[in-house]
Amino acid sequence: MQELIKAHRELVENEDLVLPGLQSCQGCGAALAMKLALAALGPRTILAMPASCWGVIIGGYPYSALKIPVVHLPFATAAVAASGIRAGLDARGEKDVEVVAWAGDGGTYDIGLQALSGAAERNADILFVCYDNEAYMNTGIQRSSATPMGAWTTTTPSGALKQEPKKDMEKIMLSHYVPYVATASVSFPDDLVAKFKKAKTIRGTRFIRILAPCPPGWRIDSAKAVKVTRMATQCGIFPLYEVVDGKTRVTVRPRVKVPVRDYLAAQGRFSEMTDGMMESVQSWTDVRLKDLEEAEARS
Amino acid sequence: MKQVIKGNHAVSQGVRLCRVQVVSAYPITPQTSIVEEISELCAQGKLDAEFIKVESEHSALAAVVGSQTAGVRSFTATSSQGLLLMHEVLHWAAGSRLPIVLANVNRAVGPGWNIWADQLDSLSQRDTGWIQIYCESNQEVLDSMILAYRLAELLYVPVMLTYDAFFLSHTSEVVDVPESGEVDAFLPPYDPLFFLDVENPRMFGGMIGPEHYYEERYKMHKETLDALFRFPEICGDFKSRFGRSYDLLETYRTEDAEMILATAGTITSVSRLAVDRLRGEGKKVGLMKIRMFRPVPAEQWRKALAGARKVVVIDRNLSSGHGGVFAGEVKAALYDLDRPPRVYSTVAGLGGRDVTSEDVAGIAEHFLEHDDKEPLYWGLKKGEPCRN
Repeated sequence: MQELIKAHRELVENEDLVLPGLQSCQGCGAALAMKLALAALGPRTILAMPASCWGVIIGGYPYSALKIPVVHLPFATAAVAASGIRAGLDARGEKDVEVVAWAGDGGTYDIGLQALSGAAERNADILFVCYDNEAYMNTGIQRSSATPMGAWTTTTPSGALKQEPKKDMEKIMLSHYVPYVATASVSFPDDLVAKFKKAKTIRGTRFIRILAPCPPGWRIDSAKAVKVTRMATQCGIFPLYEVVDGKTRVTVRPRVKVPVRDYLAAQGRFSEMTDGMMESVQSWTDVRLKDLEEAEARS
Repeated sequence: MKQVIKGNHAVSQGVRLCRVQVVSAYPITPQTSIVEEISELCAQGKLDAEFIKVESEHSALAAVVGSQTAGVRSFTATSSQGLLLMHEVLHWAAGSRLPIVLANVNRAVGPGWNIWADQLDSLSQRDTGWIQIYCESNQEVLDSMILAYRLAELLYVPVMLTYDAFFLSHTSEVVDVPESGEVDAFLPPYDPLFFLDVENPRMFGGMIGPEHYYEERYKMHKETLDALFRFPEICGDFKSRFGRSYDLLETYRTEDAEMILATAGTITSVSRLAVDRLRGEGKKVGLMKIRMFRPVPAEQWRKALAGARKVVVIDRNLSSGHGGVFAGEVKAALYDLDRPPRVYSTVAGLGGRDVTSEDVAGIAEHFLEHDDKEPLYWGLKKGEPCRN
């Protein structure tokens, strides 16, 4: 609750850079993620936006829901176009403007991965944000490599649920030796705002992945989107941590803990999972949490 | 100052003289020495630019889409497969009205792998909204770089200049390299009408519905067509400063010509020799060099070709299932004449096969005697694998 109050103050005290009238669905985590991120980043921010839900949420010509400059870009190009914008701003002497690539999981894990890897290897001075709703939600719920094991989507339908675990995007980013990698959640707004503020103080490629619920895609009640997403952290499937210059720190240790089964059972997309699959997700989660603890202990 | 330089170096010297601020490129034969020399120019401080060394051509063009949207003069160079990989972003750059200049070394497309001269790479990007300028010499390459930025930044339309692999990219010629100050006077710093500016936030390239899209595209089309009268004006200014003359096209000995050859790229040079020989034999043959190809200078082509009885288009490209791309475009342009010349199509020199002045003279002589309705596939070897 304390966290909520602090983040809320951030939103009230700073200018809200998100205008009313977003074309998002009710309970959209991506919309909330933007509101929180921009509260932390402030108005001297430029967004590079590939094809994504946000390309729609922001509104169509001649309107924009954001009070900052935004450029829409081909799906695969968010990270590299952002580094081009950075180079352009540097040439113009605009050193204090932050360039943010704002992509969904498709534009990060899948089609955007090559350009992101290139930018990260060059340590391009950009903040890459993945708002992860765990599937191609804009096109109507198709599986991506960020879709979790056991999820129903229109391309992993009944009888052919996704069998593979989601890609570990943070490890991929860390293998590029970038200065800042973090996970964040719309259900922990104060932690999210703090991470964006920290990222803003660091130069080089910074990566933040925000777990952003999609009520239609996750088959959840939009009123419960934040609550269900909080359970992702409470059950350990989505731990909140950051890695600064290779040093790992868990930033939120949830007081309430729930089993993975409860998180899965709260969502329609997992309703066809067998007990066996749920158990394997639980043990996969346990192994990853142990890895994280060890990484933190080493740091 | 006169220097002996290769076509690729004419490009990198053009980048320096145009004071490009952001370059992004990915190496591909035969473009690579452009990338190398620009790296050297940056390292030596002779070019105050950031060179973003990306992991693909798709990213190279996307990087300069970013930097140009941020309001600075940007450049990329590629060839063949690289240009094809850029295809999506070519459309995006033109639709975003970004005056990027791209140098493309005309190289065949695979499979099989062929690194030699062929125009299919750039011609297959015909409809991406880029102005295309085909060059014949290293001097023309360098001068076209300077002209291209002036034109692009006037119209907010990107320009692709192209020249043949190896015949120009790796061949040294004498090039008069202008002084920086002269180029500065001709090409002022880029002062964009619109760019990413936190003081004046705007959104670029977002969703646009059926009620607006058509008008946006029509505007882009009309303003691209403006190149047909703007470019000659710019070339006039260029001539008054540098003494060298360029236009939308070039004609050679077309006065009283009964047959006019139409060529693009280095085949033009050997075609001049062929025309001289044929003229020496009393055959009334002339030449039209295709220079700007998008937008199509249809009126100017008609003016140049209307007096001839026969027009022979020589294409160093083959659009499978159609034939030579230039031939189709020339036919379409001449169709509006009341009594158009007969247009004959020849495909020659694919994948870097040499086309000599004797070849061109042979092509011309063939059409002086024949009235083929089908394209002439000049130099095609008989037998396997063609079975003809």
